Amino acid sequence: MTLSSTSTSPKPTAPPRGGPPPRRRSARGRRLRGWFATTWFLVPALLVFVLFVLFPIAIALYTSFFRWGGFGWPEDFVGLDNFRELFADPVFRGDLWRGLVLVVLSVGVQLPFALGTAVLLNQRMRGRAVYRAVFFAPYILSEVIAGVLFGMIFLPGSGLADALIEDVPLVGGLAGTWFSDPGTALPTLFAVMTWKYFGFHMMIYLAGLQGIPKEVLEAAAIDGAGPWERFRHVTLPLLAPTLRISVFLSVIGAIQLFDLVWVTTGGGPTHSTETMAVSMFQFGFQRYQMGYASAISVVMFAISLVFSLLYQRFALRRDLQGAMTSTGGAR
Amino acid sequence: MGIAQPSRRSLLTALSAGAAIAVAAPALTACGGDGSGSGKVTIEWLDIATTEPSKTIYPEIVKAYEAAHPNVDIRLTNMENDAFKAKMTAVTASGDLPDIFVTWGGGVLRQRIDAGLVKPVDDSAFLDGFMPVSLQPYQFDGKTYAVPYDMGMVGFWYNKDHFEKAGIAEPPATWTQFLDAVRKLKTAGITPIALAGKDKWPGHYYWAYLALRLAGADGVAQAAEAQNFGTPPFVQAGQKLKELVDLDPFQQGFQGAAYDAPGGQAATMGAGKAGMELMGQWAPVVQKDASGQDLGDALGFFPFPAVEGGPGKVTDVFGGGNGHALSKDAPPEALDFLKFLMNEQNEARLVSSGAFMPVVKGAESAIEDPNRKIVAERLNGATGFQLYLDQAFPPAVGQEVNDGVAGLMGGQATPQEVAQAITEAAKNA
Repeated sequence: MTLSSTSTSPKPTAPPRGGPPPRRRSARGRRLRGWFATTWFLVPALLVFVLFVLFPIAIALYTSFFRWGGFGWPEDFVGLDNFRELFADPVFRGDLWRGLVLVVLSVGVQLPFALGTAVLLNQRMRGRAVYRAVFFAPYILSEVIAGVLFGMIFLPGSGLADALIEDVPLVGGLAGTWFSDPGTALPTLFAVMTWKYFGFHMMIYLAGLQGIPKEVLEAAAIDGAGPWERFRHVTLPLLAPTLRISVFLSVIGAIQLFDLVWVTTGGGPTHSTETMAVSMFQFGFQRYQMGYASAISVVMFAISLVFSLLYQRFALRRDLQGAMTSTGGAR
Repeated sequence: MGIAQPSRRSLLTALSAGAAIAVAAPALTACGGDGSGSGKVTIEWLDIATTEPSKTIYPEIVKAYEAAHPNVDIRLTNMENDAFKAKMTAVTASGDLPDIFVTWGGGVLRQRIDAGLVKPVDDSAFLDGFMPVSLQPYQFDGKTYAVPYDMGMVGFWYNKDHFEKAGIAEPPATWTQFLDAVRKLKTAGITPIALAGKDKWPGHYYWAYLALRLAGADGVAQAAEAQNFGTPPFVQAGQKLKELVDLDPFQQGFQGAAYDAPGGQAATMGAGKAGMELMGQWAPVVQKDASGQDLGDALGFFPFPAVEGGPGKVTDVFGGGNGHALSKDAPPEALDFLKFLMNEQNEARLVSSGAFMPVVKGAESAIEDPNRKIVAERLNGATGFQLYLDQAFPPAVGQEVNDGVAGLMGGQATPQEVAQAITEAAKNA
């Protein structure tokens, strides 16, 4: 996907156009013309990018220095007060902690689970396509629909989950808790996240597994490698680029989690499932403290940005050679 | 693509024709009323009547008025509640409000008044016809800024059968009796109270009412003015609420329950799975909607009990209503139309259809439902009034009340912490 598009660079020579017959040009002129063409093709995308990405980021950064209710122009400049308040707020510190927990769980539990499923479904077996489709299906659902669905499943007292486990020893005590108890809400949320997203990562892994040449695995088998050794020393290293992208997507997704939380719990009970994005929404659009909400969005952006840059610099370097991490001069 | 040239072209033609009509339609209707040279008056009316019966009744009233006043053209636009709020935020920022618009009073209306965008209703003879309590949300500095059309209050809706089974002879009149009733219900194996913990605002009613009883309506207003909710009555309100929470009176998993969703507070109550709920005058309708069942005659209403040691009376009500406010540039005909809208005949029709609670003195006779009648009588005899805190206070304070009380009910915050957090939010807002 991303990898292939970056590796095939378009030829900069412009195709001959209609009009005057092509004259011989100097190399410099040709380069200049190529530069013009590139610019013109980039203009629409750049315009949209500046207008809808850079500009809002700049505005959010600007308003995060103000105490501002969202009406009129921000006037009450408070400097870094919003950020100071933010990091003193136990709820926001909790947001950071819960974000970290979700990231760790996503990478440590959800992705291995997806990988295991992918390896299983990469074997020849009856109904393989059906399994793949079924596991991938939740990813196609919108987060809101998934949220409403699981809201009903985990409905205290009368939901499906309660009906299923009520009489089961050991876990019977869970009935009526799920999203309703501060202690169980976050694990429940993570379970729903896993249900929703592991199919997507499984699909990526499957695609990666298909790309591993059979010859290599056969050669390893002939050399006497068992199934685990083949997986550990052949499949896994060859799958590494796919894994790195999948981890990246998973972490960014966990940092920005909003819809699912908002629909299932709204961040409760008592902030136990609140994420940064949920806090941002509550302060911005329920309390009308836009400046403070902007500060949250700036912190979220900074965390995502720093993570992406570091990750691309150190983990994705080999995969994205020349695309983002270097200046492009090497090409 | 495999589409033949002509068909594609006709498709485009059709599309552009459709677009042209869509663009032209509002313009055409707009042309109808704008003959300002001939003394025509156009009134923009922005409302939220997207549901029956007002959805049907409003346009009929408009037609009747226009028939009697040929020079007036009333343009009624109805929006869904949240879309309406968003639209009002936008037009407030631009300073161009519709001539007539719906308001809930309180801090939000105050904001618009302070910005000089709202015209006071300056006809005292007309206003005298309304129940005093229904005017209160819109009164600032001795002036009234809206004509009410609906008024309600929060109180306990209870299941008479459950109360009887638990051996509770009479609805509790004091907080001590109330806690006693909760214990009795629990002993009888009945969930005493249905509560939507996820939605937070239903929980804030408890704290708000306790504060109203312990501090009195004036005390709440003073605390809001002084931005100090750390005084004893407000801490005590939390402590009294803690007494209730400690009895574990709510349904299983209440912290995850929504108000009107399946399995939520209203559904639990409507299905007869709980003894009571603290809710506004709309509760019976939502109970039926959410549970598909009807408690019928088993449903009763009693006001929030008196709390020992507080100046607040049992007749002080907590609630809110709806009104129509006028923009600063509204023509005089706009007020005249509001008078027409609220005349005896129209008010009786709106009230008897079940759309609204009465606001005009004497209109409560149009109510047949016994529970709505009780609410109307309580409102009529109200000695004090407190608007919903999330309307009366700035949004940040209102939300802090909701969050803090939710934390208290979930056992995560102490009464002192709640009072302190609300004070801090009030100081920062």
